[in-house]
Amino acid sequence: MNLSAKHLTLSGLEPLVIKPDSVFVNVGERTNVTGSRKFLRLIENDDYETALEIAREQVTGGAQIIDINMDEGMIDGVAAMTRFLNLIQSEPDIARVPIMIDSSKWEIIEAGLKVVQGKCVVNSISLKEGEDVFVSQAKTIRRFGAAVIVMAFDENGQADTLDRRIEICERSYRILVDEVGFPAQDIIFDPNIFPVATGMDEHRTNALDFFKTAEWIRSNLLHAHVSGGVSNVSFSFRGNNTVREAMHSAFLYHAIRHGMNMGIVNPTMLEVYDDIPKDLLEHVEDVLLDRREDATERLLDFAEQVKGSAKTKSVNDLAWRENALQDRITHALVRGIDAFVEVDVEEARQSVSAPIQVIEGHLMNGMNVVGDLFGSGKMFLPQVVKSARVMKKAVAYLLPYIEAEKDGKQEFAGKILLATVKGDVHDIGKNIVGVVLGCNNYEIIDLGVMVPPEKIIQTALDKQVDIIGLSGLITPSLDEMVFLAKELERTNSDIPLLIGGATTSRAHTAVKIDPQYAHTVVHVNDASRAVNVVGSLLQQDQNKTYKEQIKTDYENFRVGFEKRKISKEYVSLHTARENKFVIDWQTHPAVVPEQLGIQQIDHQDLSVLVDFIDWTPFFRSWDLHGRYPQILEDKVVGQEAQSLFEDAQSLLKQIIDDQWLQAKAVFGLFPANATATDDIEVYDDESRQNPIACFVTLRQQAKRASDKPYHALSDFVAPHGFPDYIGAFCVTAGFGTKALAEEFEAQNDDYNSIMVKALADRLAEAYAEYLHREIRIRHWGYAPNEDLNNEALIKEAYKGIRPAPGYPACPDHLEKNVIWSLLQVEERIGVSLTESLAMWPAASISGYYFARPEARYFGLGKIEKDQLQEYTQRRKITLEQATQWLHPNLND
Amino acid sequence: MNKLQQILQERILILDGAMGTMLQAYKFDEADFRGLRFKDHPVPLQGNNDLLSLTQPQAIADIHRKYLEVGADIIETNTFSGTTIAMADYQMEDLVYELNFESARIAKRVADEFTQQNPDKSRFVAGSIGPTNKTASMSPDVNDPGYRAVTFDELVVAYRQQAEALLDGGADILLVETIFDTLNAKAALYAIDQVREARDIEIPIMVSGTITDASGRTLSGQTVEAFLISVSHIPLLSVGFNCALGADQLKPYIQRLGAQTDHYVSAHPNAGLPNAFGEYDQTPEEMETLIEEYLQDRLVNIVGGCCGTGPEHIARLVRLTQKHSPRACSTV
Repeated sequence: MNLSAKHLTLSGLEPLVIKPDSVFVNVGERTNVTGSRKFLRLIENDDYETALEIAREQVTGGAQIIDINMDEGMIDGVAAMTRFLNLIQSEPDIARVPIMIDSSKWEIIEAGLKVVQGKCVVNSISLKEGEDVFVSQAKTIRRFGAAVIVMAFDENGQADTLDRRIEICERSYRILVDEVGFPAQDIIFDPNIFPVATGMDEHRTNALDFFKTAEWIRSNLLHAHVSGGVSNVSFSFRGNNTVREAMHSAFLYHAIRHGMNMGIVNPTMLEVYDDIPKDLLEHVEDVLLDRREDATERLLDFAEQVKGSAKTKSVNDLAWRENALQDRITHALVRGIDAFVEVDVEEARQSVSAPIQVIEGHLMNGMNVVGDLFGSGKMFLPQVVKSARVMKKAVAYLLPYIEAEKDGKQEFAGKILLATVKGDVHDIGKNIVGVVLGCNNYEIIDLGVMVPPEKIIQTALDKQVDIIGLSGLITPSLDEMVFLAKELERTNSDIPLLIGGATTSRAHTAVKIDPQYAHTVVHVNDASRAVNVVGSLLQQDQNKTYKEQIKTDYENFRVGFEKRKISKEYVSLHTARENKFVIDWQTHPAVVPEQLGIQQIDHQDLSVLVDFIDWTPFFRSWDLHGRYPQILEDKVVGQEAQSLFEDAQSLLKQIIDDQWLQAKAVFGLFPANATATDDIEVYDDESRQNPIACFVTLRQQAKRASDKPYHALSDFVAPHGFPDYIGAFCVTAGFGTKALAEEFEAQNDDYNSIMVKALADRLAEAYAEYLHREIRIRHWGYAPNEDLNNEALIKEAYKGIRPAPGYPACPDHLEKNVIWSLLQVEERIGVSLTESLAMWPAASISGYYFARPEARYFGLGKIEKDQLQEYTQRRKITLEQATQWLHPNLND
Repeated sequence: MNKLQQILQERILILDGAMGTMLQAYKFDEADFRGLRFKDHPVPLQGNNDLLSLTQPQAIADIHRKYLEVGADIIETNTFSGTTIAMADYQMEDLVYELNFESARIAKRVADEFTQQNPDKSRFVAGSIGPTNKTASMSPDVNDPGYRAVTFDELVVAYRQQAEALLDGGADILLVETIFDTLNAKAALYAIDQVREARDIEIPIMVSGTITDASGRTLSGQTVEAFLISVSHIPLLSVGFNCALGADQLKPYIQRLGAQTDHYVSAHPNAGLPNAFGEYDQTPEEMETLIEEYLQDRLVNIVGGCCGTGPEHIARLVRLTQKHSPRACSTV
């Protein structure tokens, strides 16, 4: 046996021979800009010397191959790959091992191949762009003398089932071996490792399918190898390293037994298989091997128990006050301590010749540290917002001196216009983005909420802004964004457009917004990304490439999206109705409400709502992800979560004690019956003669399994002939929010301004929860003996439901108009509707009450033309209007 | 199976000895190097041995003849520095095609004379492709390790031109030799593969690396095995080592190489290590003794000489190989 045998042979300065019986080959993955923020920052900062140390650490740490990836929009990938590999060649202890040249861009792969003397691995090629490209790339790789990783990807997309994996791998193999003459032992398949335990049924066999594919490849595709990026499998458990590490090891254990013999693994994220606690291992393997129906739920529950505990440390140490001036200012900014900032800034002012230099020097130096820490994931959003507060205070202190000197203005890195679009009132996320960008020395022009498109465009022109950022939370805002993009195009604008907000998505941005505008449109889903994106867009030399890159990415996404679109089957409205959800009205007659008619609460005591608050979404609004209360103990964000939680508690206490916010509610319980066409008629009394309102509900039409019903909310109300009832409500905790937030803003305190809004939202949700319980126990009284704790409430363990228009069971926002006129919402408690039917104040919730124990939440999904047609008649609007309001739910 | 492979299955092939050493004996001066054609060339030309194929073609032909007379099967063209990259020092980039073409033509004409005289013993011309004077994976500037004096693309262009000219002039084999930077060799192989595809022909390729010292590595740092893996992607006639070391120092590496490859193995060592004056003084007898060990251990399929070797050395190798069978080789 020698090197000519059918083994995969690779080389750096030394050989690496991978035989069928070789132990698993570990590929180092830290020299990858897409996977390591640290490496990315080093490359961006041109610090190749330190970057080389990362490569060296990996080799000394046991990596047998090192993967190198320079795929980042801001980096000239060809130049970076060439330079880094050239430098590696001069380091014999690194160049010892073979190189894996990793890029999705062919020119970067070629650049890499041109500078390495050894036999590399190209990562990767696939049939994604068809056979011609595949064959030509394979031939070139062969000519350079490299092995190749082939992704299970073809013209129709990425393989996500066992059959597709096998089909694509086999086809790729045949082309490579038969047509190109590629040595089979130089082919390494990456049959896609996808996350498990995502909660989606179709992901349940992701790991199992990989194992089976690996086994199939090793026994059917002679001499070929199997590799993959392991960390992907545990994607759902980010933040919970105990579970992730166990999952990686268990996955590897099984994958290797099935024939995977090479892989990209972070050795520090790997538990020893035998050291995994037996109960954890069992839960993890249940998921990986899809052994139980409820495997995911069980692991999720279990995962909460095994999260590592956070370390706490004292923060009241004042030793830092002894440090040098710049260190003190940096410390204050990083820690968000404003107590001494004016003293320090004054000292700084006296040390320089012009006060502006304090901003450009001391303060910006400190903020750069903040930016770096945030960018590398070492600081979290709430901390950055606190830093901004310190910064603003410092600047406010300096302003009078700067104006007195008239020595010029602060030089900004760029001017950004931010606005929540017409008809929408939600601005927490937008404000956070504004603060974070402000921290990074951008001038922010925030037009607030409900901003009409013409105002956005006019302001953009008048102020000559560099970027426009749009935000929105409710679905109609998506259309507003599309409209604004069209308007920008019509007015020949070239200002880049950022899109953000809870309902926005990369998919919607790529498919609906981007095609409307010839210039850049970018979806930005969190504040930290906003900084990178804005930085890249405004970078003078490289922004053109970056913009083109984004345009191409979205174009590719669209193409892929169209291809991936699985045409679901739909049934006719008639069929759907024939198979509706059936309740036995005869056996269980409806419970008559204790009191019919409308009631209102003008002064809700906020303190009773506190126990009903679900805190998990509160942390999410600050980009801290994890479930409350476990998040307080989280290894990574626990400390910050605790500090945020303390600040929230103290502000909440003030809000309650000083009655800074007012909560109100209006609700009504009415006799009601469902019609044969899915309407719910609401009557003024038990005679049921006089309909005072009509809710128009929509029915599911996407084809379901034969025994599954097609839901509409009207299924939960009895038809004529059986007495039944429905409730409707609107609660708000938002009065006073705006004034209070503005007061904080006037004090340069964005942190508390955002906090007030986030707390008002939580109080409104808590109010809805509280009122629902009051309805169940008292006002309707259908569950008088219910005794559920807060956790059970959050888990919706109660009887009956309270769906809200604009959410999955009832995506039709127009139902809010019906509720508003039925309950006289605006007249009674002052909550109004915008033209897009967002509620004002923003911290408000409205919906229906269904009391039946059988009632459940569902998602409408898409509906067909027949239902749309009928809907226009029931709703008494034109087809055009109906299409406009329902289009996210229309099957087209 | 082509003729070369057929012969290689039967016996050991003999490669010629040094060209440079032989030319030194002629003591050509600047005027001899220039000839009439280059009398006004702007830079000194003495030392540009490849140029002698144009200005002293008779001397080149005579040297080839001497090696063929003693029984060499393969003679190497006088083109060790025949690339635009290596010729830049002499400002002779434009002459590269002609130099290679003429050199191959001279060698081919002489080889054909001998084949005609004795059709039972075919003689072959190997187009010599040297490493150039620049390295693609090492920096010439110690203060800037990321710097490269030459790129892969530049090497491919240069090597392709040389390979095409050598084949046009009649070379039967292309010999990529004295490889001290494997990346340069990969560029040569890349270029040759392009020519092979464009012309749709088979090109027998010999690859010969250089182990620079007792570290057992190439100048660019690769071990024997890593070097072998790095050049094995293109179908080769043979792989081996030459230059830098004498037959005794080279032996362990030839041994390791042979153990790991199914290609034919070649060796053309120097006549020992240079003495204090930079001269090679290993006698033909001494070299014969050393190479005999190669043959007893059945390490090689092709053997010849590099720096310091002459027709007498080769004559002894020819006699020696008649008594020994070649290294066993299963594939190709």
